[in-house]
Amino acid sequence: MCDSTVVEALEVANPQGGFGPERDAILQPEVDETRARSLLAGVDPRLRVIGSFVFAAAVVALDRPLPLVVAVAIAVGTVLAAGLGARRMGRVLAALDGSMALVVATLPFTTPGRHLFSIMGYGASVEGLTRAAEIALKANAVALMALALLGSSELPEIGHALRRLGVPATLAQLLLMTVRYIEVLGREYRRLRTAMVVRGFRMRFSVHTWRSLGHLFGMLFARSIDRAERIGAAMRCRGFDGEFPVLTEFAYTRRDAAFLGVAAAALALLLAVRLAWA
Amino acid sequence: MIEPAPHAIGRRASRAPSGGETPIFRLSGLGFAYGSGRPVLDGLDFELRANERVALIGSNGSGKTTLLHLMMGLVRPQRGTIEAFGATRSTEAEFFEVRARAGLLFQDSDDQLFSPTVIEDIAFGPLNFGASPKQARAIAMDTLTALGLVELANRATHRLSGGQRRLVALATVLGMNPEALLLDEPSAGLDEPNVERLIEILDRLPQARIIISHDADFLARTTTRRCRLLGGRMA
Repeated sequence: MCDSTVVEALEVANPQGGFGPERDAILQPEVDETRARSLLAGVDPRLRVIGSFVFAAAVVALDRPLPLVVAVAIAVGTVLAAGLGARRMGRVLAALDGSMALVVATLPFTTPGRHLFSIMGYGASVEGLTRAAEIALKANAVALMALALLGSSELPEIGHALRRLGVPATLAQLLLMTVRYIEVLGREYRRLRTAMVVRGFRMRFSVHTWRSLGHLFGMLFARSIDRAERIGAAMRCRGFDGEFPVLTEFAYTRRDAAFLGVAAAALALLLAVRLAWA
Repeated sequence: MIEPAPHAIGRRASRAPSGGETPIFRLSGLGFAYGSGRPVLDGLDFELRANERVALIGSNGSGKTTLLHLMMGLVRPQRGTIEAFGATRSTEAEFFEVRARAGLLFQDSDDQLFSPTVIEDIAFGPLNFGASPKQARAIAMDTLTALGLVELANRATHRLSGGQRRLVALATVLGMNPEALLLDEPSAGLDEPNVERLIEILDRLPQARIIISHDADFLARTTTRRCRLLGGRMA
C-alpha cells in the first residue's frame, strides 16, 4: 500500500468568489462565429437540406437553356439573400467551373449535329454547344443553391438535420466527427511535417522523399487510430453504448413557413418558364 | 462550493450509498500487461475512500494512466480484483455503473471533447444515462454556470483555446455528477492563470479524487495524500 504522507494542502484564498482577472482572457468572445446578417438565418436546417435536394432534382430535370438561366438567377439570388457575398460565391464557382472547363470546352467539338463554326479544322455543333451550356448552367445552379442553403449554416447543424431526416446515425456522426477532428488531424500533420523540415527535409523527386512521406502518412494513420481508440474510451466513460443521443431539438417556425412559401414560388416560376418555353 | 447537482436521472436512482467505511475503490493484487510485454502493474493494492484527495505520482511509463483506465473498466486486469462502489466489477455491464459514478478526465482534452459544441458535449453523458434532452441541457447549463464558463455553451469545441478545452473537458466530467474524480494530468500544458483557475475549481469540488501530475506544486495544493507507483505496485 502506498504511504500516507500528508501533503501540505494550501488554502486557496478566494475572497471574491470569482475567477479573477484571468477570467476575461479565458472567456474572450469568439469573433469568427458571428454570422453575417442573413435572410436565411433561423431557417430550419432540415428545410435547407430538403430545399437544396428538391432544387437540384428540379434543375437536373430541366432541358432548356432559358429555364436553366432562370434557375441560376434564383440560385444567385438565394446566395445573396443568405448574406454570403460575391467573394465566396466567386471562389466556389472558380473551383467548380475550373474542374468542368475541359468538358464544357470539348463537348461542342465531340457532339455530332448542325455545323456552327470550326477551329483548326475541328467543327463545333449547335447541339454540342447547347449541351455544354446546359451542363455548365445546371452545375452552377445546383452548386450555388447548395452553397446558399447549406453553406450558410454550421456543418454540425446540417449533420443533426440529416440525422433527423432519417440518414443513419453512423453516417451523420461520421460527418460530425470529421468536422470536429479534421483540424486536430491537420495540426498533427503540421507538427510531423515541421519536425521533418527542421531536420532538413526537402521535397525532391527521390526515393528518400517518397519513403519519408510514406512514413509521415503512416505515422498520421497510426496516430489517428490511437486517437480514435482514446476518443472511444472517453465516450464509454460517459456511458456511450453505441447509441448516439441527440440533444438538438428542431422546431418549425414562422420563418420556415416563409421559406417554404418562397421556395414553392421559385419552383413554380421554374415550371412556368419551362412550360412557356416548350 | 460546487454542490453536486440534484440530477434526477433514471438509471442513477438505484445507487447504493458509498459512504461509511466501504472504500469507493478497492484494488487488490492487480496485474496487468499490454500484450505479452513486461507487466505494467504487478500485484498492486490501492484504496480510495470518500473525501480522499490522492496524488498519484511515478515515472513516465510506470502505469499511472493504465491504473485509471483499469479503474474505469477501459482495460481489464489479468490478475486481481477491482471493487468499486461496494461491488466487485469485472464485466462491461458492471463497469457501466462505475462510469456513471466516477469521472475520468483524459490527458488530452481533444480526446474527451468530440461533440460539435460545448453544450452538446456536456449533455452527452447525462443523455447516455437516461436524461431527457431538456434535463441534459439544464444539467449542462448548471455545470457551465458553476464553473463560470456559461459564455462558452454554444461555442464549437474545436475552436476553444487549450485552457478552455481543459476546463470544458472537466465540465463534461462534472456534468455526470460523479462521486469520484480520476484526473490524468489536468494541469499539463496549461499556463499559470489557467492552472490557478483549475486549482480554485478543484478546491471547491467535494468529490474524492486521484490526480496524476508531475507538477509537485500543483499536487501540494490539490491533494492530501501521496501514492507513488514503482515497479508495478504502490511503493
